[in-house]
Amino acid sequence: MIDARRTAEETARASYGRLLAYLAARTRDIAAAEDALAEAFAAALSHWPLTGAPASPEAWLLTAARRKLIDNARRAATRRDAEPDIVRAIDEAEAMSREDRFVDDRLKLLFICAHPAIDFGVRTPLMLQTVLGLDAARIASAFLVSPATMSQRLVRAKRKIAEARISFETPDADDLAPRAEAVLGAIYAAFGAGYDVGDGAEGGGDLADEAMFLARLVTDLLPDDSEALGLLALMSYVEARRDARRAGGAYVPIDDQDTSLWNARLIEAGDDALGKAARLRAPGRYQIEAAIQSAHISGRLSGEDTRAATVRLYDRLVRIAPSIGAEIARAAALLRADEPCAALAALDSIDAARITDHQPYWATRAHALAALRRCAAAAEAFDRAIGLSSETATRAFLQQQKRAL
Amino acid sequence: MRYMFMLYDDENAFHAMSEAEQMKIVGEHMAFSRALRDAAAMVDGAPLDHSRAGRRIRGDKIEDGPFTDSKEQIGGYYVVEAKDLDAALDWAARCPSASYGRIEVRPVWNIPE
Repeated sequence: MIDARRTAEETARASYGRLLAYLAARTRDIAAAEDALAEAFAAALSHWPLTGAPASPEAWLLTAARRKLIDNARRAATRRDAEPDIVRAIDEAEAMSREDRFVDDRLKLLFICAHPAIDFGVRTPLMLQTVLGLDAARIASAFLVSPATMSQRLVRAKRKIAEARISFETPDADDLAPRAEAVLGAIYAAFGAGYDVGDGAEGGGDLADEAMFLARLVTDLLPDDSEALGLLALMSYVEARRDARRAGGAYVPIDDQDTSLWNARLIEAGDDALGKAARLRAPGRYQIEAAIQSAHISGRLSGEDTRAATVRLYDRLVRIAPSIGAEIARAAALLRADEPCAALAALDSIDAARITDHQPYWATRAHALAALRRCAAAAEAFDRAIGLSSETATRAFLQQQKRAL
Repeated sequence: MRYMFMLYDDENAFHAMSEAEQMKIVGEHMAFSRALRDAAAMVDGAPLDHSRAGRRIRGDKIEDGPFTDSKEQIGGYYVVEAKDLDAALDWAARCPSASYGRIEVRPVWNIPE
């Protein structure tokens, strides 16, 4: 009985996105497909423990979803013409899933979620909900909005996809690179959202696992995309250091981290993905960022000095993908390489209007000024960084740095 | 657009802290206020005294503090200028009170004079 429940839950995790992508790609109505699937999963949870899990859980779920979808299509008078298509599509899907050759349309779904017509801010939430089946409340907590607001945004985005008849397709070769970049950007945003809110914040949604799952999925679906591999490598390296980033609630910078807490399996996964990416000979920002992480990690593990190499990687990053974040990180790398003057100059060259409420800028500036023994200015910069921090651990770390001046 | 942050926490917990712990929180609030001012987002803000120093008036009835009918009391406020609710919430998340209490964020109505 417990096994049947577990089968239902495992099927949900593994198949939700596949089933939803399949249904939505054919009905072009994500919301209707979601409703139908939710009902199918609810039915599975109540039936399977009594009857045992079916031989082909996906086929069972499709059959259960079918009734509801057809009812919906019938009810929506304007979509009546679509009904025969839906019936045919589900029949096909059932036949395929019995034969274990069920088409994976998740790539199309990923491209829809990061479609240029979809608002930038809702792309990641849409992906988390449609591909992974996460609920709006969980997504909302990671993005610091209320569950109701998040639901509203998701509903609006799905309506737009249905009404604008945005097609479920893999973009053609010409369009593939920029569209894939948008998909990767949305996945990285999920990883970042988990990173910010995680670490014990109450009700905080840590989405790092989900983002890793999506990144692995994209590398499976687009095996020749070097940047997808680069992103997977980057996230693997960052995730590998998760347990070492905190000690007793306090933030620990990479140079002070206990490397025995690093996850060797994830570091290996990062090396593997970055190696594959390099063989495709198409460098990009995620690969460079992954190479930077790799340099940090191998520097700590081998004792070799990789600091100058890291600065050169940041030079490249700022050139090919300029952003405030990259410029600040480059300054931090200069600081680590014992070049505080160059670090401060790099920070000074950033447009002042863009950094008034940018926490990493002020934290890095404070450290650069501290290294130059400009204590009064450093203390002020530390205060600004503390005031802009949203985590107790970060505030405590900066307070301690300020006291050490 | 202006937003008011009403900071709620257990005032007795704060008053039971050592002076050093209290000063740490005060320091965090000073840093937060400073960040607001530097970003030209600060309109107003202040801590409030313990509710035992307060009074409540309803009609002609006056009630003395402390107000123990809820576990958390309003302990301070900020009024922040932000372009929308999302931007206001970004600020509220940085407010130290979000880490140990809760913050109610409300748009302030703009009444033309």
